[in-house]
Amino acid sequence: MSLSVGITINGERHAIDLDDPRVTLLDLLRERLALTGAKKGCDRGQCGACTVLVDARRVNSCLTLAASLDGSEVTTIEGLASGDVLHPVQAAFIAHDGFQCGFCTPGQIMSAVGLIAEGHAGDDPERIRELMSGNLCRCGAYKGITEAVLDAQKAQRTGNRKDMA
Amino acid sequence: MNRFDYVQPKSVKDAVAAACAPGSAYLAAGTNLLDLMKIGVSSPTRIIDITRLPGLNEISWLADGSVRIGALVRNSDLAYDARFARTFPSVAEALLSGASAQLRNAATVSGNLMQRTRCAYFQDLASACNRRQPGSGCDARGGENRLHAVLGWSEHCIATHPSDFCVPLVALDAVVEVEGPNGARDIALDALHALPGAAPERETTLHPGELILGVRLPARGAIYASNTRYLKLRERTSYAFAIVSAAVALEISGDAIRSARIALGGVAAKPWRAREAETSLENAAPTPEAFAKAAELALSDARPSGDNAFKITLARKIVARALTLARDGTPKDMPALPASPFSATLGISHAG
Repeated sequence: MSLSVGITINGERHAIDLDDPRVTLLDLLRERLALTGAKKGCDRGQCGACTVLVDARRVNSCLTLAASLDGSEVTTIEGLASGDVLHPVQAAFIAHDGFQCGFCTPGQIMSAVGLIAEGHAGDDPERIRELMSGNLCRCGAYKGITEAVLDAQKAQRTGNRKDMA
Repeated sequence: MNRFDYVQPKSVKDAVAAACAPGSAYLAAGTNLLDLMKIGVSSPTRIIDITRLPGLNEISWLADGSVRIGALVRNSDLAYDARFARTFPSVAEALLSGASAQLRNAATVSGNLMQRTRCAYFQDLASACNRRQPGSGCDARGGENRLHAVLGWSEHCIATHPSDFCVPLVALDAVVEVEGPNGARDIALDALHALPGAAPERETTLHPGELILGVRLPARGAIYASNTRYLKLRERTSYAFAIVSAAVALEISGDAIRSARIALGGVAAKPWRAREAETSLENAAPTPEAFAKAAELALSDARPSGDNAFKITLARKIVARALTLARDGTPKDMPALPASPFSATLGISHAG
């Protein structure tokens, strides 16, 4: 049984023939499209290393069947920067040392992008920690991560205001 | 994961017809089902992807003030819906206390109801589990069982239902709308999940092929909006299942409670409504003594199923605390740590 799905990934439309319906979005990205930014940590929706945006919402790509995504838009860590210009969240993670080994970082950054777009945290670090709890960091870089999210949110807000002016 | 046929029906009728074949399973977001398939606990031969079914994605307010939540509404969309959160704040708080932001963005209303127990023995194919494999025994009985059931369990199974969302829903008399091969029917949420008895493999009262189309909350639940809470004790402040939880709602007029709603989570194979405790509060003054008595009554049938006698004490305390906080008033804003018994009252910061 072959399933044909059309998925837009980082702005590029892909026509994908799946020979097996078991393929998750994470495996599609990593094994078939060579987009290895999203990481396979637990593969069970517990660690958040596989976080990507599907139709602008952050989700665990390891628990999403690719077959169910016909017509969706997916953004991965590879799609964030504009050329050599980092996305504000990427820049803030560097500025605040929001990582050590880096394995969880793509998931952390995609989750932070989703969190900022959702707009429920305000400037409250407690709310940011709570809303980032689906992303584990075994190096324990949480302090830098929280600061990075706060800072990126502020930078995006200021940037937006500049755009409007 | 075993191989399966994948179908994506265009109508509820087609979905129900497809699901009547043996080995079929409905798939919504898959946050629980795919996980169970990966570890071999669930092995359907046919997956019926219902995510494209029309009309199941809406929150609709009916003329009588009740609300109908479509089966495919995502947990986060419901929790952040302004009118819903204002009208049923303890339901919104319960939703936001569950899982992670990513999972809430994907997981659906009906998937939440249909999620399976997180009992480690249920998830471990090498262990005996009557729920997974009828007649094989229950390794949880003599095993690591400090988080298992204290109400409604049997010698055959001591698992709990893990949902937060279902706890305030059952307190507020939610009704589940289903459609099956023999037509449509309503099931009180309180009657959806089955206690284990001698047949723990029968987890719900749904008939084969029946599909949940939505959940209805009666208008009466809205009278509690100003005095309602969901509180949840966890081993971590975030992203953890409940050790015990309580949803409470009070109708207070003058110096007395007119009516009360109380349900417990993490204590049984179903969200546990405590009706006797509710009745004890009718016409009582909202005092610590009245709340302690209600908490006592809510757990009067509880007994440990293993190393979990402490859960009975914790459950009493969480009921009394939830009643106290509900009396003091639903918080104007969603607490930074939803359902945490610590943050709202003590201003505790859990990190940083």
